[in-house]
Amino acid sequence: MNELARVRWKCRRGMLELDLLLGQFVGHGYHQLDPAQRAEFDRLLDYPDTVLLEWLLGRIRPTEREIVRLVDKIRAAAAP
Amino acid sequence: MEKRSFDTLIIGAGGGGLRAALQLAQAEARVAVVSKVFPTRSHTVAAQGGVNAALANVLPDNWHWHMFDTVKGSDYLGDQDAIEYMCRAAPRAVYELEHFGVPFSRLDTGKIYQRAFGGQSRDFGGDQAVRTCAAADRTGHAILHSLYQQNIRARTHFFDEYFAIELLQNQAGYFLGAVAMNIASGEPLLIEAKTTILATGGVGQLFRTNTNALVNTGDGMAMALRAGIPLQDMEFFQFHPTGVAGKGMLITEGARGEGGYLLNGDGERFMERYAPNAKDLASRDVVSRAIATEVREGRGVGANRDHVLLKLDHLGADIVSKRLPGIRDMVRTFLHIDPADTPIPVYPTAHYTMGGIPTDRHGQVVVPVQQGAEEPVPGLYAVGECACVSVHGANRLGGNSLLDILVFGRAAANHVIEHLKQQRYHQPIPADALEPALQRLARWNRQGKGESIAGLRAQLTKTMEDHCGVFRNEEVLQEGQNAVLALRERLREATIDDHSQVFNTARIEAMELENLMDVALATVSSALARRESRGAHSRIDYPERDDQQWLRHSLFNLDPMKMDYKPVRMQPLTVDSFPPKKRTY
Ligand SMILES: Cc1cc2nc3c(=O)[nH]c(=O)nc-3n(C[C@H](O)[C@H](O)[C@H](O)COP(=O)(O)OP(=O)(O)OC[C@H]3O[C@@H](n4cnc5c(N)ncnc54)[C@H](O)[C@@H]3O)c2cc1C
Repeated sequence: MNELARVRWKCRRGMLELDLLLGQFVGHGYHQLDPAQRAEFDRLLDYPDTVLLEWLLGRIRPTEREIVRLVDKIRAAAAP
Repeated sequence: MEKRSFDTLIIGAGGGGLRAALQLAQAEARVAVVSKVFPTRSHTVAAQGGVNAALANVLPDNWHWHMFDTVKGSDYLGDQDAIEYMCRAAPRAVYELEHFGVPFSRLDTGKIYQRAFGGQSRDFGGDQAVRTCAAADRTGHAILHSLYQQNIRARTHFFDEYFAIELLQNQAGYFLGAVAMNIASGEPLLIEAKTTILATGGVGQLFRTNTNALVNTGDGMAMALRAGIPLQDMEFFQFHPTGVAGKGMLITEGARGEGGYLLNGDGERFMERYAPNAKDLASRDVVSRAIATEVREGRGVGANRDHVLLKLDHLGADIVSKRLPGIRDMVRTFLHIDPADTPIPVYPTAHYTMGGIPTDRHGQVVVPVQQGAEEPVPGLYAVGECACVSVHGANRLGGNSLLDILVFGRAAANHVIEHLKQQRYHQPIPADALEPALQRLARWNRQGKGESIAGLRAQLTKTMEDHCGVFRNEEVLQEGQNAVLALRERLREATIDDHSQVFNTARIEAMELENLMDVALATVSSALARRESRGAHSRIDYPERDDQQWLRHSLFNLDPMKMDYKPVRMQPLTVDSFPPKKRTY
């Protein structure tokens, strides 16, 4: 519970686009991740906002396989 | 309660707070910066366009032309001494950034790249000027990261993920620091300081549809209000006509510039009725009001008829992806539609807070004393979007707010440095000074069933959008004020389920909503009182600007709730005043 709250707060970013994408994912997709994937998500959140934005809007494909997989999941969770 | 002592406490780690912190740390002051999110996740990171300075790298330019544009853009409500100061200081502010490591884009000549923005002119209202300095499309990010690195080097002390709850004040009205909460542990911390600088940013989260990050809840403005400081010119909120409906993200004017146009629920190209010549390219406030009117009169689109459509598909996939790639990516990601095939649902979106905590051009918070002139509040400063210097007056120009945070962040720090020379010791903190902060914390430990924070927040932002958005008249605003007062009462009875200590974000969100309520009341009350249209504040029932009665700043006091006014500072520092003229472009 506290771990989820910590991650949720880390999803508070400087840009609305990221707040919405990451917030929706934490609300829905995050609980399906296994512990290793959760650690990976935590690491993803260490990237600067500008990098996250390019990945999550699909402008640039990340190079690491684990990150690509997470980015796809987050994009898929973005409900219209 | 644990206590830490510093010369200066800065609340907020955006560009404004970090610029001030750096200046102080370099002058050997002991400075602490508190930020509720990690510093480089502050909202400044979102600024893409750039920062204005008359460097004349592309076309001839000078600070005096920049000053004229800013005064005119403000619809003559900006203080001309502060505006002169800012425009003159702009080139140095940009060169300093370069020195701090901001990688500005370059022209072929090797000089800093500049782009043209709306509202910029040469020769006092002549042809387009080219004044906005940019580091690609990530100027805000580059500024924030460079300032953060420089602060680390200068040994600024950071309290990351600490939430400031309330300011501390003694009987004599001297400000002594603040109580903050460590979000990770839930423990309160008393931060004692000889001077406190508020740099908490804007309050876009007042409106359901806005372009701001979720953190922009106006905490510093609300803390100032509760400490007895009025808020200035809060009725002036900048809206952008085309935000993604229900979500808020900005779709640039470029989309209409490329030939996109708006449609209502009847499939009608309604802008032809509101602006027969300019149509969809009429000025921002005209288009925003037209959209709001269509929706109010039942000609909206969608199940709730609460938005209109921006049509781009007739341009063809080729143009859309070549000229508007960012919009296409964003819309595809969020709406799962391709704007090259399907029109985009849009609604006006709240963008920038012109009003805020009143300060002079040294960043000192100032309040009127009796009927006389205003006086600085001892020990308290404010800079950036939370402050009202006032350089933006009734309407901010693009590229001027990054400039504002840099110039006044630095100026405030310089004033503090002088002040610290006289103020050698901390003043004692009376025990009752902590009471308001402790009460606020304790209040959210209350058990029982009450309304949810999320539900009340949704009602507040909807109320503000419907009653204090782009469509304003006496009746609508009066209903809005009543509704905000009622919601504020209901919040007193609300409860949260989570009373744990560690990372209790429910409690933070509850306190953020308390802040939003107070600032909402300031905004709707100031808008109700101002019976004219000026800049971003347009009243259907008072469509003209009225310099006779309203060429003055509004001041909203929370307790007791009342409006007050003060004159605009029309006299610049060294040049002649720009007298009010009709604002046409
Ligand atoms: C999408 C977008 C694009 C923009 N583009 C441009 C542009 O191109 N050019 C331009 O000039 N302007 C632009 N602006 C406006 C400009 O970005 C902002 O006005 C400016 O960055 C505000 O900076 P700031 O330092 O005042 O506050 P912010 O950067 O908002 O920082 C506020 C800080 O206060 C902290 N804080 C708040 N409350 C608390 C609390 N209770 N306790 C502890 N810490 C707290 C936050 O953590 C944060 O560190 C843009 C705005 C938006 C929304």
